[in-house]
Amino acid sequence: MSTHNRNTLRTPLALARGLGSAKHGTDHWWHQRLTALALIPLTLWFVIAVIIHLGADYVEMVEWLRSPYSAAMMILFVAVGFHHAAAGMQVVLEDYVHNEFAKIASIIVTKFVLYALAAICIVSVLKLTFGV
Amino acid sequence: MANGSSRPLSPHLQVYRFQWTMALSITHRITGVGLTIGTLLITWWLVAAAAGPDAFATAQGFIGSWFGMLLMFGWTWALFFHLANGIRHLVWDAGYAFELQNAERGAYIVAIASIVLTLLAWIIGLIAW
Repeated sequence: MSTHNRNTLRTPLALARGLGSAKHGTDHWWHQRLTALALIPLTLWFVIAVIIHLGADYVEMVEWLRSPYSAAMMILFVAVGFHHAAAGMQVVLEDYVHNEFAKIASIIVTKFVLYALAAICIVSVLKLTFGV
Repeated sequence: MANGSSRPLSPHLQVYRFQWTMALSITHRITGVGLTIGTLLITWWLVAAAAGPDAFATAQGFIGSWFGMLLMFGWTWALFFHLANGIRHLVWDAGYAFELQNAERGAYIVAIASIVLTLLAWIIGLIAW
């Protein structure tokens, strides 16, 4: 006999795909955790790097920031960190903004602003690295 | 029932006995929102570095002011709290430490670790500065 659970109206195929009614399944949850895991070493790098360069002047700061390793780490920190912020803000807004229009609008604005800021940060680091 | 059905409602905050686990839960969200606002300062700082010495001096001047230092101290704690509690969440996601005793023990560890790491970072930072 079929192992299909008779207490659900969903088809066996829908259950196997496990994507739910929004068709995204656990994607959002998974990306929040994936970025969280990556941010553990990235955050520690950022904090230690900032502390090390606290007394540095402009030239020293730029020399550090434009080096390939620092630039790559800073770009990763910003890209992963701002993406994590956007994912987290979406959940907070979904939970606390109850007017449907305001909810969707605030999520869109938050995501646009965060991805724009991330792009600005990355371009700034690249400008220092490749120098113009 | 207030929602017109017999479906169960979760207890309202006003009749909910205070527990450390719930305090840490909402603090995780508040620090997350606070850190999101902090992306503005990181952006300003990196743009200033790319723009040149004058713009960078302006940004550094703000960060070095009493208000800037206050913000930095708050963000340092928020960062360490969110980091420590985030690791606690990842432990839960892996299926561990769900027992009430362990959930509370984790809450104490996170709260103490966030304060200790913040003070440590500032003591080392002020010595290095």
